[in-house]
Amino acid sequence: MNRLHLSSGFVRQSLVGLKLLVVMTVVLGVVYPAAVWGISQTAFHEKANGQIVSVDGKDVGSKLIGQNFATKDDDLFHGRPSAGDYDGLASAPSNLGPSNPDLLSAIKKRQATIAAIEGVDVADIPADAVTASGSGLDPYISPEYARLQVPRVAKARGLTTGAIEKLVADHTDGRQLGFLGEPKVNVLELNLALPDR
Amino acid sequence: MSDTTSGLLTILTLVVVLAAVYVPFGDYMARTFTSTSHTRVESRLYRLVGVDPDSPQTARSYTVSVLGFSVVSIVALYAILVGQQALPFGRDLPGMPWDMGINTAVSFVTNTNWQSYAGESTLGFAAQAGGLAVQNFLSAAVGMAVAVALLRGFMRTRSDDLGNFWVDLVRTTFRILLPVAFVAAILLVSFGAIQNFADHTVNAVAGGTQVVPGGPVASQEVIKELGTNGGGFFNANSAHPFENPNPLSNLLEMFLILVIPISLTRTVGTMLGRRKQGLAVLGAMTVMIGAALAVATWAEAGGHSQAARLAGGAMEGKETQLGTWASAMFGVFTTGTSTGAVNAAHDSFTPAGGGTVLVNMMLGEVSPGGVGAGIYGILIMAILTVFIAGLMVGRTPEILGKKIGTKEMTYVALYTLSVPAIILVGVGTAIALGSTPDAMGNPGGHGFSEVVYAFTSAANNNGSAFGGITVTSHFFQIALALAMLLGRFVPIVLVLALAGSLARQGKVPTTAGTLPTHTPLFTGLLVGVILLITGLTFFPALALGPLAEALA
Repeated sequence: MNRLHLSSGFVRQSLVGLKLLVVMTVVLGVVYPAAVWGISQTAFHEKANGQIVSVDGKDVGSKLIGQNFATKDDDLFHGRPSAGDYDGLASAPSNLGPSNPDLLSAIKKRQATIAAIEGVDVADIPADAVTASGSGLDPYISPEYARLQVPRVAKARGLTTGAIEKLVADHTDGRQLGFLGEPKVNVLELNLALPDR
Repeated sequence: MSDTTSGLLTILTLVVVLAAVYVPFGDYMARTFTSTSHTRVESRLYRLVGVDPDSPQTARSYTVSVLGFSVVSIVALYAILVGQQALPFGRDLPGMPWDMGINTAVSFVTNTNWQSYAGESTLGFAAQAGGLAVQNFLSAAVGMAVAVALLRGFMRTRSDDLGNFWVDLVRTTFRILLPVAFVAAILLVSFGAIQNFADHTVNAVAGGTQVVPGGPVASQEVIKELGTNGGGFFNANSAHPFENPNPLSNLLEMFLILVIPISLTRTVGTMLGRRKQGLAVLGAMTVMIGAALAVATWAEAGGHSQAARLAGGAMEGKETQLGTWASAMFGVFTTGTSTGAVNAAHDSFTPAGGGTVLVNMMLGEVSPGGVGAGIYGILIMAILTVFIAGLMVGRTPEILGKKIGTKEMTYVALYTLSVPAIILVGVGTAIALGSTPDAMGNPGGHGFSEVVYAFTSAANNNGSAFGGITVTSHFFQIALALAMLLGRFVPIVLVLALAGSLARQGKVPTTAGTLPTHTPLFTGLLVGVILLITGLTFFPALALGPLAEALA
């Protein structure tokens, strides 16, 4: 008898729950995101849509989503290694553990490659240049890594290093509000600011 | 400015903002749960669904409501996930396979948000916003309701009344979670998080095309943090620039993760009429989270790992603009609160950093724990503490005017044992299977840590991962779903049974022999008991995983 009472209570309570869930789904799952969408699209249109950057009317990327900047002439600033090869629909870190031999050899290989193409000592290469980001879409590099790439980009474009150095400095953001996070350079914006050859 | 100064100022800012809202927000939540009047909208809602909001529930009835609502939620969410192709904004994606659907439905209803799928390549916008985000609100509200019911157990005398679950659920959602989430979502968009309904293909600078993903991200992101859920819209979670565009949004998200669990200690103090009790609990939480923060920051910012020494910094799996400090901070808060959102890959943390976030979960999610769940978790530990202290001096233990008898202690002991048992049985079974080493993403002790992390995260309803492990086999999908289900509802049933038994008691007067539970001495005892329980339970597993790796 007691068990019967409990189970009928359970069914009745579950029905109440189902009705409430339907209402909640309408309010929290439809009205709420739609309201946030409406206000965002009106007040922060560009940000709500991912800060798409266009050149000559053509969309070339999002300010917040990194890209693979490897080209034949190697005349662009490179972003960080990406575990998802900058696939916009496959954000991911490498998830390699801190003593995993695969990670250690990947870091060594990246160091050797960068040392060769940039003509620098391995000791001068900053950590962000040889490690994959958390998102696989990191739009930023450290100012150190940007400066390290200046001679190569200048040479590939037939420009003085001074001119490129100034561009890097102009595109370096300090800590947010003066104290939050790390200084950074947006690689897409820096590359788009490079003068044509 | 050095990284250290920047990091310390970030922590200071967070502490100041949390301190500023602590009293008003904590008291507001207390009023929410003690007020006897319903808003007009609420009254209409109760009538619509057939609830008498002024009829109190017994422990048994409250439990039946919690379980009934959760079962319905799991079934409904499962239907949405496996049948998402029938919904609008589906991005032409098929429904989830059955085992992933079960795992995900259980995961979001239990406030775990363990993810065996990658959001951007698996789910349409309707399933995310109308399925997952809805449970981000409701599963958090369920946790709050259970915590409040336990508080009523302490407040009532010779009564069967634990309040009304439906009222607690509705009020938490409409009076606390939704207003805060709405304001925070707009703020987050103003920082750069996206809120749209379309992917966008661009012609990349170096040639080829790139899909810039879209989605109602900001609205889901804020409740993911505020409700200590943690399930990312994107696979990379809060490391993704569209979820967490910059260090300022990172600060906002850390605030959202902490604000309810921290402020609830004030709510406890206010509701019980013992403000100092709330502070004593907050003190214990602060000691534990502070210690975890110190160790993790030392390990990450100091780069104490093989990979970090080689690369010149522990930046594998971390975003440039966040760096090691903000990543360690977020990692500690997200595991201390049972949130499980990540802004960096925990799998790639240094051994001591990764070990710290693992231990943070093993503490039982009480530093400060998830929304609601943290409070009932630490109150259980407080009961255990007075029991042990009572044994030492040979007195019947009592806390907050209630005697802790055999019945109460049975519930507490079962609670304390249930989650560790789920974890250890789960890990043991997984390791005994021949297929598990292939699922590990890393060799050696670190691979073992991935399995321990997975079951710890699931059973504690945290949801973060050492993400290298492949958990899409039938075994892991179902075993982890079971761990989440049992890890959520066994403790809840025990807490409500305890609440009912406390409510039925009379009040014992405070005498000279009563151990005061609002003093620094008690805070110290409480931390000691939590560490003791965790250490005794998990030391062997930790020794085989992170400790072995750190010493290697």
